[in-house]
Amino acid sequence: MSAPVRIFVPCDAAALSVGAETVAQAIAETAARRGLAVDIVRNGSRGMLWLEPLIEVETAAGRMAYGPVTSSDVDALFDAGFLDGKPHALAHGPTDQMEWLKRQQRLTFARVGVTDPLSLRDYRQHGGFKGLARALELDGAAIVEEVRVSGLRGRGGAGFPTGIKWQTVREAVAERKYIVCNADEGDSGTFADRMLMEGDPFLLIEGMVIAGLAVGATRGYIYLRSEYPHALRTLTSAIEIAEHAGILGPSVLGSAHRFDIEVRLGAGAYICGEETSLLESLEGKRGIVRAKPPLPAIAGLFGMPTVVNNVLSLAAVPWIMAHGGKAYADYGMGRSRGTLPVQLAGNIRRGGLIELAFGASLRTLIEDFGGGTRSGRPLRAVQVGGPLGAYLTTAELDTPLDYEALGAISAMLGHGGIVVFDDSVDMARQARFAFEFCARESCGKCTPCRIGSVRGVELMDRIIAGHERDRNLAVLDDLNRLMTEASLCAMGGLTPLPVMSALRGFAEDFRRPAPAANAAE
Amino acid sequence: MVPYSPWDIAAAQAIIAPLAARKGATLPILHALQDEFGYIDAAAIPLIADALNLSRAEVHGTVTFYHDFRSEPPGRKVIKLCRAEACQSVGSERLVAHLKQRHGLALDATTADGELTLETVYCLGNCALGPSALVDGELIGRLDETRLSALCGCRAGAGDRA
Ligand SMILES: Cc1cc2nc3c(=O)[nH]c(=O)nc-3n(C[C@H](O)[C@H](O)[C@H](O)COP(=O)(O)O)c2cc1C
Ligand code: SF4
Ligand code: FES
Repeated sequence: MSAPVRIFVPCDAAALSVGAETVAQAIAETAARRGLAVDIVRNGSRGMLWLEPLIEVETAAGRMAYGPVTSSDVDALFDAGFLDGKPHALAHGPTDQMEWLKRQQRLTFARVGVTDPLSLRDYRQHGGFKGLARALELDGAAIVEEVRVSGLRGRGGAGFPTGIKWQTVREAVAERKYIVCNADEGDSGTFADRMLMEGDPFLLIEGMVIAGLAVGATRGYIYLRSEYPHALRTLTSAIEIAEHAGILGPSVLGSAHRFDIEVRLGAGAYICGEETSLLESLEGKRGIVRAKPPLPAIAGLFGMPTVVNNVLSLAAVPWIMAHGGKAYADYGMGRSRGTLPVQLAGNIRRGGLIELAFGASLRTLIEDFGGGTRSGRPLRAVQVGGPLGAYLTTAELDTPLDYEALGAISAMLGHGGIVVFDDSVDMARQARFAFEFCARESCGKCTPCRIGSVRGVELMDRIIAGHERDRNLAVLDDLNRLMTEASLCAMGGLTPLPVMSALRGFAEDFRRPAPAANAAE
Repeated sequence: MVPYSPWDIAAAQAIIAPLAARKGATLPILHALQDEFGYIDAAAIPLIADALNLSRAEVHGTVTFYHDFRSEPPGRKVIKLCRAEACQSVGSERLVAHLKQRHGLALDATTADGELTLETVYCLGNCALGPSALVDGELIGRLDETRLSALCGCRAGAGDRA
């Protein structure tokens, strides 16, 4: 018998959600039945989610892609000779040559979908730990300087320069410091953190260790949302493997530096993605937002100086250390440097993960990559940046993905999620939902948010019901202003963003004939 | 899914003790208890308060802040249905209406026979393949009425739960 053929079947949660597990089983059983030797590797996802389960076969001509595969396709694939990369109705040719992937600039996601997420050998073979090795040759100040030069800004939403944050923590004098990874990824339409943690967990670990070296911290926490059970399993295994291999623990890669990481689960509270609420939660308390100052960089977890960074911010650092901050800064536009992992979601034909230098337009992403709506109906609205992000109209799709360009049209980039809606959407209902979500998820500390969101739901109900519309729309306007100006954090402060953008771009939805009273829900 | 154990003080104490030394141990303890019993029994609160040297009010406040922690045992099967924007854009609210109209099932409730708990969640990170649900920890994408009915143990279109 010849050497087993390597077949890649993703173990990413999105791939599993559409049947990757049964496909893996069907391949194993069919191969056994036919007396063929196969080696099934469970990789992360390439991010072409509409093609999941996307399986790949390693051939002399490279990795060949087939998808979306169901277990009932497996026999036919064997018959067609897919083990030799032969054609089939589901074949896409060499994976690396697929347009959708070829047009991307994958720095952070370079390994995701390519390697076995829990194989240190794969990780090293594909450039892993080069950034950490370089960081170990430098002092903390030099690491911080490299990150500053890269222009990296926080990918969690606020876009704060990572180098400056690290410098503040580095300069703080304290007996202990912490690195906290914000893996709460609460925004609807986002899944890049999840894909990275499931598809390349050692990259996040490497990024956290480098952050620890930079600021002089020896302990890290990953605050992971409880909605991600698959990521929890992968991270837990990866940390264990890294400890055994001497990457984590008392002597990082044989150096005099210590670094330990613990995963902590959130508990279904959106507000715990806000960094100070997250710290309260890590301390075992209610996730009530803290007033700033003091900044977490000065007095964060257990009162100690703390770096709080999003998964993608930390995961960008190993590349920056390996290739230099300057090389990273060469990508991008304006003050948005480097690449952004965009998540294309909602009613979209070809949804998934697209890592590109900042500056691509929404239209390029939605039309060229995305292929328009999944339903085939006309596209009507696009929400960018999660539940606190604005709804944009088709006239705004030429806006480039850039922190400042989106800010200029009263929108925000957030964590890079793009949610597409077709023309069946009712924007008055979406505005109502924005308030409803805020009412449910508000931490309750300040009145404009706690009470304002409830009032917002009531107002929207009256407006939808056609009750004194002009008067209620005027009150809505006041409420939006009050919440924007007087809320303590961005939860209450930005909830008016989706509402006002809906009013601005889709005014007709707020003036529809009132539904008949008995037809109302 | 592994069936949950009935509430038991000694078992709860055995879960709490080894976790109590961790810094900020409240959430890890609450998760461990809920993994074992399916909910946080009211009797767990003084146990946690004692172990962590906190007031009962503090522990109670923490438990009630988070959507995850249940105060009652869940049904034998738990379906968490995503109702966030990306899933809304592909019909999650239609699924909610279907559950209600065709099967008389309400969200955020457990059926009287204790078979099924339906819960609302906001985003499962599967937003390109929605509507999504987490069924006893297993992620399901591209849900439709037929599949959801089957997951709930009902025939699609049938009036009542089988
Ligand atoms: C309501 C709210 C929710 C947030 N959710 C998240 C989140 O899920 N993940 C995240 O990384 N940042 C989130 N943030 C931003 C964090 O407060 C913080 O800016 C970020 O973790 C800092 O890391 P970065 O600089 O690497 O982006 C949220 C902010 C607010 C106001
Ligand atoms: S704006 Fe809302 S979430 Fe933020 S502190 Fe105030 S009440 Fe809490
Ligand atoms: S919005 Fe439903 S999975 Fe993200």
